[in-house]
Amino acid sequence: MAKDIVIEAKNFNFYYGSVKALTDINIKIEKNSVTGIIGPSGCGKSTFLRSLNLMNNLILTARYDGEILIDGDNILKKDIDVVQLRRKVGMVFQKSNPFPKTIFENVAYGLKINGIKDKELINQRVEESLKGAALWDEVKDRLHVSAFDLSGGQQQRLCIARALAVQPEILLMDEPASALDPTATLKIEELIQVLKSKYTIIIVTHNMQQAARVSDYTAFFMMGKLIEYNKTNIMFTNPEHKITEDYITGRFG
Amino acid sequence: MGSFSNKLSFSKKLKEASIHGCFLVNALLVILVLAGIFALLVWTSFPAFKEISIKEFVFSADWNPTSYVKESYGILSMLVSTLMVTIGALLFAVPIGIGAAAFISDIASNRVREIAKPVIEILASVPSVVIGFIGITLVGPYISKVFNLPDGLNAINGSILLGIMALPTIISLTEEALKSVPKSYAEASLALGATKWQTIIKVRIPAASSGIIAATMLGMGRAIGETMTVLMATGCANAMPTNFTDSVRTMTSAIAIELGEVAYDSTHYYALFAVGLALFLITFAVNLAAELIFNKKQKQ
Repeated sequence: MAKDIVIEAKNFNFYYGSVKALTDINIKIEKNSVTGIIGPSGCGKSTFLRSLNLMNNLILTARYDGEILIDGDNILKKDIDVVQLRRKVGMVFQKSNPFPKTIFENVAYGLKINGIKDKELINQRVEESLKGAALWDEVKDRLHVSAFDLSGGQQQRLCIARALAVQPEILLMDEPASALDPTATLKIEELIQVLKSKYTIIIVTHNMQQAARVSDYTAFFMMGKLIEYNKTNIMFTNPEHKITEDYITGRFG
Repeated sequence: MGSFSNKLSFSKKLKEASIHGCFLVNALLVILVLAGIFALLVWTSFPAFKEISIKEFVFSADWNPTSYVKESYGILSMLVSTLMVTIGALLFAVPIGIGAAAFISDIASNRVREIAKPVIEILASVPSVVIGFIGITLVGPYISKVFNLPDGLNAINGSILLGIMALPTIISLTEEALKSVPKSYAEASLALGATKWQTIIKVRIPAASSGIIAATMLGMGRAIGETMTVLMATGCANAMPTNFTDSVRTMTSAIAIELGEVAYDSTHYYALFAVGLALFLITFAVNLAAELIFNKKQKQ
């Protein structure tokens, strides 16, 4: 791992009230790679993902310590600008959640809240983002219809386009295909392969095959601990720990 | 198995049927009362239209039922007065109501919310006479000072008081509407780097808009029908108002003032019922519109 490291967690602990959800997480994530996070339900993988853009701060009882460095800045510092952080670290959620607005408005939203008023620039970015999310050809003739008219898979790609519009460096994906059918899932997975040339992607998934297909690195979480983290091909062929092998081969989960 | 359950079911069925019937009667009773009110209004205002043309009634601003020269029954000035105080009330109650609702649902801590919500409900239960007192002793003098008027009993005063009275409805229903906006919208907005403020203004309130419109309409229905407060606080001048500093006589206050002194079975008597009918039709239309908008939202 000699390449650029964009995210590094050091001795990161996370608590919901008195319940410890993550224990002593240490991980380094490489630029322009896809990192898959796998593990059984409740293992803390989503908690970890949502720590990277401080979405957990919406939960009143959330507490944490340790360090998470993004481009060398510790985002757990008290005076961190959450707004700037989230512009840099975009997120796609498990269930597609477009706003009840038009397709265009959905993608343009992030630009408008950033104070961009230039219509030309907005139009251009919306088009770029929709192309980036492989949705442009399907919606270019109906940009001004409600986002709810799209299919589930299209809605999820719209959410990806919306995240891309603010030009993040890192894209967090929380089981982005878990509610989609196989065809729509395949499209998302192909898209991830294209996107990684521009973005660093971290994807939480329940689906082992998906992790194996899309990710360069895989992190296996269990009971709040990072059990194993390695190149995906090594992890899936020759895991270091017995428990990783048991999980990957479906002996529990 | 089949015969076993059949044996039991007769008494059960009877019980079910009687409960069903009981509720049905209650529901029908409500509809019956509403229909009865409507029928009564139509019935008692009908004789008025033997003397007055509907055109004169609706479009004439001249209401002078006790004239020695020529009696006139035009409700336009009252209609305008009613609409003026109602719209005036909404102009300040809607922004304040939405702001308060957004504060309660999105910003306030649990403790503040637990205090604020019952306080707003108590505001709804303050008798309208008491609100009228406030209009006369507090709002009126202040208005007369600010606008340099001899007294403060005018449309502004009525608007402010009606706005206060519509606030609890608007706040509670808007808060409900905001509460029912899926959390995922706010999450998506925040994850894009929006501030809490931007998220409330640009995502949450628009997403709750149909509920907010319904809340506004119901608040409006409350304001249109209010009688005692406007009677006390607006001065009740029987003339076409030209601006908000004019004293106004709304439809409700006209009925309240005149019905006690009118001769039974006179055209004036029936004309007042016709005013009531017009008022009923307006509030009915407003509430129906609110219901339709709300249902449209439920379907989405």
